[in-house]
Amino acid sequence: MSSSGLDVAQIAPGPTSPGPGRARARLRPAWGRLGLRGLALLYLGLMVVLPLSAVVTKGFGGGIASLQDAFSQLGARQALILTIEMAALVAVINAVFGTITAYVLTRYRFAGRNVIATVVDIPFAIPTLVTGVMLVALYGPNSPVGGFLARHGVHIIFAKLGILVALLFVTLPLVVRTVQPVMQELDRGEEEAAQVLGARRWRTFRQVMLPHLRAGIVAGSLLAFARALGEFGAVVIVSGNIANKTLTAPVLIAQLISGFKDPRAAAAIGTILFGLAFVLVLIVERLVGHKELREHAA
Amino acid sequence: MSATAERTPRLSAGTRRRLVHGGLITVTFAYVGVLVVAPLIGIAVAALKPGLSAWRTVFDDPFARHAYVLTGYITAEALLVTTVMGVVVSLVLSRDRFPGKAVVSALVDLPLAVSPVVVGLAAVLLFGLGGWFEPWFAARDIQILFAVPSMVLVTIFISIPFVIREVAPLLQELGAEEEQAARTLGASQLQTFFRITLPNIRWGLLYGIALSTARAIGEVGAVLIVSGTIAGQTETSTLYILRAFDEGQDTSGYVVALTLAMVSIVMLFGIEFFRRRQDKGHSA
Amino acid sequence: MSEGIVVQGLWKRFGSFDAVKDVGFEAEDGKITALLGPSGSGKSTVLRMIAGLERPDAGRIWVGGEEQTGKSVQERRFGFVFQHYALFRHMTVSRNVAFGLSVRKESKAVQRSRVNELLELVGLAPFASRYPDQLSGGQRQRVALARALAPQPRLLLLDEPFGALDARVRQELRRWLDDLHRELGVTSLLVTHDQDEALELANEVVVMHQGRVEQIGTADEVYNRPVTAFVAGFVGATNIVNGHVSGGRLRLADGEPTDAGHLSEGEKAQAYVRSHDVRLTSAAENGAVSATVERITNMGWTSKIHLRLADGQVLLAQLPNEEVDWIRPGAQVFAGLRDPKVFSAASAEDAAKDSRPAEVSDAVVVPSREATPQAP
Repeated sequence: MSSSGLDVAQIAPGPTSPGPGRARARLRPAWGRLGLRGLALLYLGLMVVLPLSAVVTKGFGGGIASLQDAFSQLGARQALILTIEMAALVAVINAVFGTITAYVLTRYRFAGRNVIATVVDIPFAIPTLVTGVMLVALYGPNSPVGGFLARHGVHIIFAKLGILVALLFVTLPLVVRTVQPVMQELDRGEEEAAQVLGARRWRTFRQVMLPHLRAGIVAGSLLAFARALGEFGAVVIVSGNIANKTLTAPVLIAQLISGFKDPRAAAAIGTILFGLAFVLVLIVERLVGHKELREHAA
Repeated sequence: MSATAERTPRLSAGTRRRLVHGGLITVTFAYVGVLVVAPLIGIAVAALKPGLSAWRTVFDDPFARHAYVLTGYITAEALLVTTVMGVVVSLVLSRDRFPGKAVVSALVDLPLAVSPVVVGLAAVLLFGLGGWFEPWFAARDIQILFAVPSMVLVTIFISIPFVIREVAPLLQELGAEEEQAARTLGASQLQTFFRITLPNIRWGLLYGIALSTARAIGEVGAVLIVSGTIAGQTETSTLYILRAFDEGQDTSGYVVALTLAMVSIVMLFGIEFFRRRQDKGHSA
Repeated sequence: MSEGIVVQGLWKRFGSFDAVKDVGFEAEDGKITALLGPSGSGKSTVLRMIAGLERPDAGRIWVGGEEQTGKSVQERRFGFVFQHYALFRHMTVSRNVAFGLSVRKESKAVQRSRVNELLELVGLAPFASRYPDQLSGGQRQRVALARALAPQPRLLLLDEPFGALDARVRQELRRWLDDLHRELGVTSLLVTHDQDEALELANEVVVMHQGRVEQIGTADEVYNRPVTAFVAGFVGATNIVNGHVSGGRLRLADGEPTDAGHLSEGEKAQAYVRSHDVRLTSAAENGAVSATVERITNMGWTSKIHLRLADGQVLLAQLPNEEVDWIRPGAQVFAGLRDPKVFSAASAEDAAKDSRPAEVSDAVVVPSREATPQAP
């Protein structure tokens, strides 16, 4: 698109200018472009900034003290700790398996490769609530698998393990789809050079590929972490929402808000969750996101 | 490596490579299989076991029918807004120059990381009793909360990133030259957009729309909070499932859940199709 | 007012960088004018301002007597050819070429006939239904030209049109463009960094450097009568050597090869001499400087001779083989300068302040006669 919207610059022509005196460019306001920009900013301002500031304002409304106050009641602390624990675990596990999956998808050719690629995307398409329902169907006390596991002391439904599995399901594509493009962009030349010099796959991976992938893997894990922190639908049916045991922060917020039981506490916990998410997004942006968008042509 | 091998390795290099190769692939299949495929099978079984009569019961339920229609309506409305505005934001992000673009980019990604319950909470804080905008709407007798409008709004929020994350980098990659060429040939901005830009981003846009749609259909946390879950009025398919399980009507829950799962799988094929078309790039 | 292009006092700034500073020139109607300069000289920016793709911060533009400065790109109706073709990737060749006509709502019949006419003209009629990604670079650029010409523009603007193509294709298309222009006679403005291209194609050359116009003239004037040190050094393969003025002549190393009366006594000066204007003799004549032959590279029918002067400076001579077959690597010879341009060193730009040998690129290289011990 055309030039920056500078005001008409009255730069006096130098001594070599042939024309009469000062020349001026008539500047036509670029309504189209400014309008578009304004529209975009208005949209994001109304739809994203406004609602989130409402949450933060309410959450911090009574100052830090009231935050701590709301925090210590109603098992909110346990809920937050559980949520963060689960999210961290999930981020780490899927960082490993997600990377393996991405590696297998980009570096190997085998029957069923496209199937795996599609299956990995399923959690992206399936409603989270349906995920929870599926897990109950598969591992619930009434199902053969669930019954079998229960007899051997492994409880998935209404237990932390269920939360873990649900979150793993939901976050897998996040890691894979963040790492995979980075892996695909890697310069094969470096790997081949390493192999020619005698390095085997693991060493090649660890010393040649990993340094380049690190940013992508961390970004994917952080996204998974952020997503897992806030997950509601997949968890609410599977976990049983047992206070202080399997009650996660998002579910707690929902409970506090319905019927206006304690909107302030809800906002406080929500602010913490949101604050965490916000910071994570910033870090991810820095690591991997939209580098292209930040480089403008001169 | 010395020419004379002093120790003979237990496995030849080729075999070792194949073992690792096979091992990694097996691990992948196993993990993905247990994590993703097994539950799908589980729900299919649970929903089909009671037989076709269970299905008829569900579809005869007016609440279920309403739930499907409402999901469709909300999704369509949200889709309209996020698609059109998504293209606008993408154009601005990729073509315009102004300070603070990184902030805009982060704003676009935020809905991905924010918990849907926080979104619902925000809506309550804005439109609920004592909310920032509540007086304005109450004075005009417009119901936002516990009514469809708020449900549409939260659904828009959570679907904002999808179109933009696909289209903006695409526009960036394509560059502005074709548009400039069109303008030198006399095309107006609008003509250039519809005849040059839009066809070029076609597949990426459809991909983003498919992802958006899947996300919107599946929304539960935010709509739960803002809707009041009034069966037959503000109950979407996902809320219907929630209520079904709450009330012990597991089978109905399974049936509706399975239908949603099937719709999502179809969407998924659409998603994969569009994604592949986009990767291939180019003409017709 | 002439019928061609008149540009006056153009300025353009990007952020804190002045890309174009007070540029003015005239391009004659019906002729090809070249804007020649290294990258960063601002020539593309000037072209884009004429096209309307960039808005000047100051300055005015006329074409055919009409002022264009305030008009939008669409209103100007100039043909523009991009370096990377900018063909519409999802349209066939015919639809691409027809685009300008379809925007103007010409009838389908008119579009079809004009498209055929142009595809015949550029020799791509059989490719009408192909897509851009099925064509080679040279073919794509020809389509781009056809597309730009279809709406019969009164001005054709070309932004380094052959820059993305390989050497042989570039030569072919250069000749082809020349023929095309002879046939059509559209006023054309060509931006290039390739001096061969400018000198071969253009009736008039505008040499630009760091946002300013250095010289405007015919190819002959710019090549043989450069008015600034930059033009002397940029156009043609030029050696630049440092010396100072002594007794009205240029003192270079241990010789005084040329007159420098136009400069002040004792002033530091530079001589710009083409590699084919270096005369090599076995004995000192006319103040020639002594030089050691470091290396000789056979380039087919000429040879490149790398010379080192007594004060360490390097000179490159490129002469027909017959003239230099008496020279061996390691030999001591004397170098005279024919038709050098002498400028005061103070007037040279930073890059040219150091001496440098000519940079000549040629395709054919035959194994060189290095200064190795010769077998008897």
